[in-house]
Amino acid sequence: MELVPLLLKILYAAIMLVVVLTIAGYSVLIERKVSAYQHGRIGPNRTTTPFIRPIPVIGPLLTRLGIIQLPADGLKFLFKEDFTPPYVNRPFFWAAPLIAFVPSLAVIAVIPFGQYTSPLTGEMIPLVLAPMDLGVIFVLAIGSLSVYGVVLAGWGSNSKYSFLGGIRSSAQMISYELSLGLSIFPVFLWMNAPGSDAGLSLSSVVEAQNTMWFLVTCPLSAFLFLVGIFAETNRLPFDMAESETDLVGGFHTEYSSFKFGLFFVGEYGAMAVGSALFVLLFLGGWNFLPFLANPWPAGWIGSVLSVLWFLVKVVGMITFFVLIRWTLPRYRFDQVMKLGWTVLLPLAIANLIVNAAAVAIHDLW
Amino acid sequence: MAETKVLERKPLSLAERSNLPQIVSGLKTTVSHMFRKKVTLQYPEVRPTLPEGYRGVPTLVHDPHGREKCVSCQLCEFVCPPKAIRITPGEIDPEAETAHVEKAPKEFEIDMLRCIYCGLCEEVCPEEAIFLQDVYSMTGYSREDGQQQGKALRAGGNPSGPPL
Repeated sequence: MELVPLLLKILYAAIMLVVVLTIAGYSVLIERKVSAYQHGRIGPNRTTTPFIRPIPVIGPLLTRLGIIQLPADGLKFLFKEDFTPPYVNRPFFWAAPLIAFVPSLAVIAVIPFGQYTSPLTGEMIPLVLAPMDLGVIFVLAIGSLSVYGVVLAGWGSNSKYSFLGGIRSSAQMISYELSLGLSIFPVFLWMNAPGSDAGLSLSSVVEAQNTMWFLVTCPLSAFLFLVGIFAETNRLPFDMAESETDLVGGFHTEYSSFKFGLFFVGEYGAMAVGSALFVLLFLGGWNFLPFLANPWPAGWIGSVLSVLWFLVKVVGMITFFVLIRWTLPRYRFDQVMKLGWTVLLPLAIANLIVNAAAVAIHDLW
Repeated sequence: MAETKVLERKPLSLAERSNLPQIVSGLKTTVSHMFRKKVTLQYPEVRPTLPEGYRGVPTLVHDPHGREKCVSCQLCEFVCPPKAIRITPGEIDPEAETAHVEKAPKEFEIDMLRCIYCGLCEEVCPEEAIFLQDVYSMTGYSREDGQQQGKALRAGGNPSGPPL
């Protein structure tokens, strides 16, 4: 490979990483603000810096919105004492945060986030770091690796709370991975129905939703995928790995400072990536609205608009995640298992069979 | 004898067992709360309105002629549950105008780190010389600060800086 394209790729990857980490960080702010509003509180509205406060109108507004809260929290994590308890299994203890953190970010390589329509040829190119034909398989394969971080943390911490959190997390992950994977098959069945050949990449999913979103055509798939994503990202009501009311902090009970920060950011990064996946698969990606042609003009302005519209949808999904978290109580562990194996998995299989039959009938017609 | 009413417990319908209507109605509730008036009080800038009879810091008061009303009978010292009050009684100069009162405190210390704001000193005082005020914010950086604040209370003023 030549040097310049390689360096460009690395630059793009760095930019993408920064953007995704920023989104992950600010989803913490979304969480704090939305939960505060739901409780009738105001939320973080005081953190500020000397060079932001004096700006006439914007300064106080940014302070009230808590924009500076994110760097403040991040710095707080860095400056805390990084304590390693004497009884932990050190290699596992140190590896676990990385293993939890990296897969959720590795997935962003194949996530397309916008389109570029060439003004000369009218050809549409999706904007994505690695245009991979097996995009969705890659996402499912790599994304589910992050559970190993949780399990290793639970095992390596050598404490009963972490251990229980890790066990629950692995059981939950196995149960929901199945229905999650099965739930998106119908989407790809329809895309690759006889006569069309769209492949498995995520950008082709978005192209397939040019006129109609899969949320409307495969609502059950969307629902199952949503539940699966909630479980995969350890968000309430499936917050089994952490479940702070009965397990102190679950898998990260023994972690402090930067290592805890990695878990924390990894968790929110997984939430952001999960939201992006749901938007791509079922909410039409950067397509404007169902039944409406994309208003994005050719050239880079259209690209920026499509990326922004995609981000709006992702932030909307993140807000939905947060709303659900502060609305529903946590399921009990046996309820989670029961729901996964006796309800969601049969539903996912039935959904797959029905859709496969529908594709076949559609073809015969 | 009270009549026992047996309520029939219906089995859950399919919709109820799926949890989905409940999730939707729960979301309606929480989302509606997002747009209600916030209950947060922006504390240092906005202060709560205190109810009548609020028990804040105990303060020695003066009579209309400016004389400290305390006659150092030490009842408050005896009644104080956490033993926060310490009085050193002193004689009043027989030549003074207020000599008929006979005694006044030489030292009147309230250790604000010990005070539990129970109001027993106010209740027990025969001279109505000590009152619990509506001051509630007392902070300091050291143990001495807390004891110093108690000395300032004798002056009847607000001990802790910014006026309320």
